[in-house]
Amino acid sequence: MENYSEKVMDHFMNPRNVGEIKDADGIGEVGNPRCGDIMKMYIKVKDNKITDVKFLTFGCGAAVATSSMITELIKGKTLDEALEISNRQVAEALNGLPPVKMHCSNLAEQAVKAAIEDYKKKNEK
Amino acid sequence: MYYFDNSATTKISKEVLDEMMPYLTEKFGNASTIYSLGVESRTAILNAREQVAKALGCSSKEIYFTSSGTESDNWAIKGVTYANKDKGKHIITTAIEHHAVLHTCEYLEKQGFEVTYLPVKDNGIIDLEVLKKEIRKDTILITIMAANNEIGSIQPITEIGKIAKKHNIYFHTDAVQAVGNIDIDVNKSNIDLLSFSGHKINGPKGIGVLYIREGVNIDNLLHGGGQERGKRPSTENVASIVGISKAIEIATKDIPKKSKYLIKLRERCIKGILDNIPDTIVNGDREKRLPGNVNVCFKYIEGESILLMLDQLGICASSGSACTSGELNPSHVLLALGLPHEIAHGSLRISISKDNTEEEIEYVLSVLPGIVQKLRDMSPLYNKEK
Repeated sequence: MENYSEKVMDHFMNPRNVGEIKDADGIGEVGNPRCGDIMKMYIKVKDNKITDVKFLTFGCGAAVATSSMITELIKGKTLDEALEISNRQVAEALNGLPPVKMHCSNLAEQAVKAAIEDYKKKNEK
Repeated sequence: MYYFDNSATTKISKEVLDEMMPYLTEKFGNASTIYSLGVESRTAILNAREQVAKALGCSSKEIYFTSSGTESDNWAIKGVTYANKDKGKHIITTAIEHHAVLHTCEYLEKQGFEVTYLPVKDNGIIDLEVLKKEIRKDTILITIMAANNEIGSIQPITEIGKIAKKHNIYFHTDAVQAVGNIDIDVNKSNIDLLSFSGHKINGPKGIGVLYIREGVNIDNLLHGGGQERGKRPSTENVASIVGISKAIEIATKDIPKKSKYLIKLRERCIKGILDNIPDTIVNGDREKRLPGNVNVCFKYIEGESILLMLDQLGICASSGSACTSGELNPSHVLLALGLPHEIAHGSLRISISKDNTEEEIEYVLSVLPGIVQKLRDMSPLYNKEK
């Protein structure tokens, strides 16, 4: 396996925005225990903007680092902007990921999308 | 650095390196040549072969040097099945073998052989009654590891050898983890073929041994010159051959004394973990296990994360988690014990050697609870249970 970048290790050892948001406006949970990664993303939304985000992750170093990184990327963004963030951008922001770990960044992207979808669903009614 | 990954590899000992050095420098002769320089190499190999034979309780004619434990396993399994395919096409192994055995068996299945993968009990040890039931008229090989690399469980190889002999079936054992840790006598245990490698016993990497009982019908894996009596051609790796023989001499010198020391450290480590970290499972048999093997699963967290955090504190350990190996499934060994995926992902193996100290164990025990808690606080599985 290739090495993790310093930035991945920084986000792994000092993850940003860890935890739950009790009164979250949207919650997205993706992954499963079989593949070894589960991510849960909580968002607060005001005026179509993500005002706060927190995550919980069960998984490897890359799973934690990509979760942490994506929370930084989407905080303060509009929902549409957040939806546009791709797994590639997350990996690039971390100065790259080993190829076998690319699926982790994919999961981070999906977790954000699931949280936004959850928010939208709740606010349809 | 706190090195606790001795089942992955070990540090080459100074005594071993000192024995090897002349053959890496001035005594570089090809052992197949006629002049004095070659004779020196040839003599060194002759002595090394005798040394290894002594350690295993066999004749030096039955010792073959290879490039690794993996090669030895491949040779034993493919060599015996190909040479005996007229007698039958059935192989018996276990679900918890090293990939060197498992993937070789899977390859042979594609070639038309049939393989039975014996399950293990929840302590990681096979049921001899199940083994007896699985034996068929066309079974030509039983290959079962002496001790498991992940969970350290020790198989009853003497009983297996007895059963194999009674049914006139060849018995191969992958003893890569066992040699130097538990007493092995190939005659007492009716072992026909045995693999081990140098780097697990403070010897060099890139060298292995296959013991082949005299009279065993086996094909070559490699074809070439006349080295190793024509059975394993390649210009001899003289320095490493000398190295592995010195390593096994030292490793088998005082197994009971070494074992007592390792068990003391192991038990302190396991107790310290269980006393301070809730929701922890010890994998493998508590008694019939390698003296230096600790393997636990911490619920709700993933193994690679534990390793990365330990590494930040200078501790080298290992995990059977999928994410450490680039594979999708967690350790086949832990799954074979009946553990669910999410628990199998949270495994930690601490493999202790005689060079480790009690202070080092105490250091690990002082930092591990904090690491596990930090990761649990981050885990959606843990927060759900709370």
